[in-house]
Amino acid sequence: MSFISYLINGVSLGSVYAIIALGYTMVYGIAKMLNFAHGDVIMIGAYVVMAAISGAGLPPGVAVLLSIVCCLILGIVIESVAYRPLLNAASSLAVLITAIGVSYLLQNVALLIFGANTISFDSVVSVPAVTLMDGALTITGEAIVTIVSCIVIMIALTLFISRTKSGQAMRAVSEDKGAAQLMGIHVNGTIALTFAIGSALAAIAGVLLCSSYPSLNPYTGAMPGIKAFVAAVFGGIGSIPGAFIGGILLGVIEIFGKAYISSQMADAIVFGVLIVILLVKPAGILGKNVQEKV
Amino acid sequence: MAMLEVKNIEVYYGMIQAIKGISFEVNEGEVIALIGANGAGKTTTLHTITGLLSPKRGLVMFEGNDITKVPAHKIVSLGMAHVPEGRRVFAELTVYENLKMGAYTRKDRGEMEQTIAMVYDRFPRLKERKNQLAGTLSGGEQQMLAMGRALMSKPKIIVMDEPSMGLSPILVNQIFEIIEEVSKSGTTVLLVEQNAKKALSIADRAYVLETGNIVLSGDAKTLMDDDSIKKAYLGE
Repeated sequence: MSFISYLINGVSLGSVYAIIALGYTMVYGIAKMLNFAHGDVIMIGAYVVMAAISGAGLPPGVAVLLSIVCCLILGIVIESVAYRPLLNAASSLAVLITAIGVSYLLQNVALLIFGANTISFDSVVSVPAVTLMDGALTITGEAIVTIVSCIVIMIALTLFISRTKSGQAMRAVSEDKGAAQLMGIHVNGTIALTFAIGSALAAIAGVLLCSSYPSLNPYTGAMPGIKAFVAAVFGGIGSIPGAFIGGILLGVIEIFGKAYISSQMADAIVFGVLIVILLVKPAGILGKNVQEKV
Repeated sequence: MAMLEVKNIEVYYGMIQAIKGISFEVNEGEVIALIGANGAGKTTTLHTITGLLSPKRGLVMFEGNDITKVPAHKIVSLGMAHVPEGRRVFAELTVYENLKMGAYTRKDRGEMEQTIAMVYDRFPRLKERKNQLAGTLSGGEQQMLAMGRALMSKPKIIVMDEPSMGLSPILVNQIFEIIEEVSKSGTTVLLVEQNAKKALSIADRAYVLETGNIVLSGDAKTLMDDDSIKKAYLGE
């Protein structure tokens, strides 16, 4: 039974990676930049929830909504202040380095406000655990909520991208900004919307992550952020289903690695997988090999 | 009053001056050709008109309003559509979705479907392939899609950049017939072309650009008989 329970844990962790990876992949698809501060937005989201619940005494549902709104605004501010002035810079490295800078900035702001101590995060999930097969298999409420949230987000996002006008504008902008402008699409507005969605998802990911792994410090977002980036590359950066598949696979590999190989080696295994994937299929599982048509 | 007036625009790419103060006008209902060799500044001029570039000096007036500083994404709703050089259709979107993008600024869905039907009428090929990804179309079909997409905004004036580029002679003829039809149906046309012969044959008036200056202008038929034009652009 332990195999199934590891698998469920893996899918649950992978669901968190998938939700974070969406933010990476959407921003990359549209702004063609890697937002390395994305992981730290997760941490901010978790702190907002914690402060709202234990500080202001808000109910968990309201706290999560507040956190989503805060991160959404944070995402828009980061994009407009730090990245937009550099999007047309001669070197794409400028914006990449700025993203790393924003990442440190967020970590240090959290250090200043919340201190360096790791605090325990009270789960916001009130769904009871499910026990199956006469107690041989227990699925935590957190795992259920995480997996369900991930599936709902995936479906909602796919519908948004394919059916709504804003979603189609996003696809147009990701392909050709100039032509999109000629259609009357406000390109900067579309990029800001993408950051807003990605950051709101990061808030959700932060809450889910800290509910399952209940410790929080200013560096909590960094490692999941990097791993979600790996998941996005793994699945094919720029591809939304790719982020989903990459995230789930990565979570399962990590948990199986911890369970069957070595818990110290788990991260090395995760990054080893990235190297192998990049050697075999540089564009990722669902990535496209872009060919210019002349 | 001219529908579109370009007054003394000067455009720079960094330190390099691409357009050295040109002026011209397009009247309602006309087909105007802008001809010239590679690098003469034709595309730069169009990009300046539709807001993708902004001039260092000079004005662009549309229906009496100064649109020099209006950003590209707001130009469409004023009634000006731009068919860019190299077609630039959205390869990952279907033909139908591409057409819908062309109507992005329009609110009325019912009217939009009507316009799509009109575009399918004009380009039956697009109707046959409406659910196909635009990237899988041939060059000629992509050009038709780019033109159809521009017509989706119901423009008063349509600006076309090298519509015949890279197409076979038969398709070139077809594309020019369509441009004439578009003009007859009441849309003003500003056409940039390297194929001067074809452009002059359907244009009312034309301007000849050379390294950022207008060197010659006038009635298209007269220009076609001009010796210097014959030598430089018509290969006679």
